[in-house]
Amino acid sequence: MSAYRDKDPLIHGIQSKIRVVPNFPKPGIMFQDITTLLLDPKAFKDTVDLFVERYKGKNISVVAGIEARGFIFGPPIALEIGAKFVPLRKPKKLPGKVISEEYVLEYGKDCLEMHVGAVEPGERALVVDDLIATGGTLCAAMQLLERVGAEVVECACVIELPDLKGRERLNGKPLYVLVESR
Amino acid sequence: MFAAENGLKGDPRLQAISDAIRVVPHFPKQGIMFQDITTLLLDHKAFKHTIDIFVDRYRDMDISVIAGVEARGFMFGPSIALAIGAKFVPLRKPKKLPGEVISEAYELEYGTDCLEMHVGAVPPGERVIVIDDLVATGGTLSAAIRLLERVGAQVVECACVIGLPEVKGQRRLNGKPLYILVEPREIDGCC
Repeated sequence: MSAYRDKDPLIHGIQSKIRVVPNFPKPGIMFQDITTLLLDPKAFKDTVDLFVERYKGKNISVVAGIEARGFIFGPPIALEIGAKFVPLRKPKKLPGKVISEEYVLEYGKDCLEMHVGAVEPGERALVVDDLIATGGTLCAAMQLLERVGAEVVECACVIELPDLKGRERLNGKPLYVLVESR
Repeated sequence: MFAAENGLKGDPRLQAISDAIRVVPHFPKQGIMFQDITTLLLDHKAFKHTIDIFVDRYRDMDISVIAGVEARGFMFGPSIALAIGAKFVPLRKPKKLPGEVISEAYELEYGTDCLEMHVGAVPPGERVIVIDDLVATGGTLSAAIRLLERVGAQVVECACVIGLPEVKGQRRLNGKPLYILVEPREIDGCC
């Protein structure tokens, strides 16, 4: 589901603040840069408020954010809805005991880690990232949470690249996005 | 300068924040007692106290930019920025920011690293707070200060949740004030 039909003016404002940088990180990729959104306090606040409005009062106790841009959106949402924030990180960044989930990239593999004990079985969790492309990273994130017995209620992203069909990779888990970029 | 010496002496929130931080011995290598703030982020009340203390300090200081150092500065900076109506500017490791950037190298124990900021993110004259979870030698924060000063911004203060002994007693870093909430925790007995 995307927000953009029913919240048009706010969404339009948010979308207009996202900068597209061509050919980054490599030729042919139109990079969706959210840093310009963060430079507009009203648009950034609207972004967070839209997620908070959706998730407040839904008994969500965990917001898991994907390194690194998920760390920008996740904590403000967590603070507003009264949830914990759990960072999902690249390998070897988290100290102490972690669980790892590998996932496939266009060329090669990568890995996401979460602290053992951060999330208890039965907790209701959101996964937050700035953008969903192929869905590979979000999928790995969901796996981590489900492996410890949490219930992933929804994945939440600012931007979706619908042509990459990431939504279909989420194994039926709901996805909520604010902006679609084609 | 520690918060306890600067108006927050005896504030129970500081104890709650300190108690919520986990110490992980010998990470990333032998001898280092790693101050892990992820447990603070799991404690909603203590995390909120952390943000509230910074917000209370900076809301009336006419701050227009919060610059957060990748990656743990990203966990604290945006919430502060949102509360005080400031922009959030990420200071990142090399090659992460798309488009035009400026870079500042800094020394590590072995070798060098580099911090980048977008060209145009911070116009000259803007009043900035730099935020990170922890300050140790001050190398990264110094690089952050240099980046911001190179574009003509005014770094008002550097803010960290934890300040290691190397900076204890230092009220300034590169001539900039340093505001720190807590000291590192020790482990009782040891590993």
